[in-house]
Amino acid sequence: MLTLREIKNLLSGELLTPEMNLEMECPRVFASDLMSDVLAFMDPGSILVTGLVNTHVIRTARLADVTAIVFVQGKRPDAMVMNEAKLHNLPIISTSCSMFEACSRISRSFPDGGR
Amino acid sequence: MNEENAYQQEFQVKGGDFTRAGEVSCEIKNLLKELGLSAPIVRRAAIAAYEAEMNIIMYAWQGRLDLSVTPDRVRIVVEDKGPGIQDVELALSEGYSTATPEMRELGFGAGMGLPNIKKNTDDFRIVSEVGRGTRLEMTFLGNGHKP
Repeated sequence: MLTLREIKNLLSGELLTPEMNLEMECPRVFASDLMSDVLAFMDPGSILVTGLVNTHVIRTARLADVTAIVFVQGKRPDAMVMNEAKLHNLPIISTSCSMFEACSRISRSFPDGGR
Repeated sequence: MNEENAYQQEFQVKGGDFTRAGEVSCEIKNLLKELGLSAPIVRRAAIAAYEAEMNIIMYAWQGRLDLSVTPDRVRIVVEDKGPGIQDVELALSEGYSTATPEMRELGFGAGMGLPNIKKNTDDFRIVSEVGRGTRLEMTFLGNGHKP
């Protein structure tokens, strides 16, 4: 099983919440820009890969038990979003990979594709 | 704890207030955790509450969530003052949505709200009156293991 650190390295990502633990294991990954789908279909404890950058992503993550968020396309949340993530100990990674490339790199390292 | 001395709390939600969207549901989730309910029931209730809260924010003028908790069940009654739903059966089908492009840009309005509430509850009732508003009754049983 991959750790969050290994996922960050696979994506050449930058951890935007540097003080947070990266050694947690990541059993599942869910990729979507649609928070409705996250609420309806994501397994609890998943990593969320998304291109949507707003406070609703953080609220959805808190309510649906997301373990960490990866923002693709080099997107970086604004200070308000980051403050909420930090307040609730939600690790945030930003990668320049596209959604497709990020999912592709992660899924190659999961025996079952991660989902 | 029985019905008479259930833990009860009321939460107000303002229509159109996207900035605070999800705050009430996060508060409900924290409360349920503090009350010692199991992780699956806490998650189901939190997700259903959030879908209901978003519906008030997206479509209604104002609304409230009434939470009532006993050790073996969580009940949330949601009442809003709003335009109501023309065809409840249609609104309960996956993918049907009347959301605006702005709502979709925020990641919502995919037509999964009411179906997802139904999926996460052990008992779900909905009554809507066009031009007046909508009432949802959601019950979650402590021993239930729905998704």
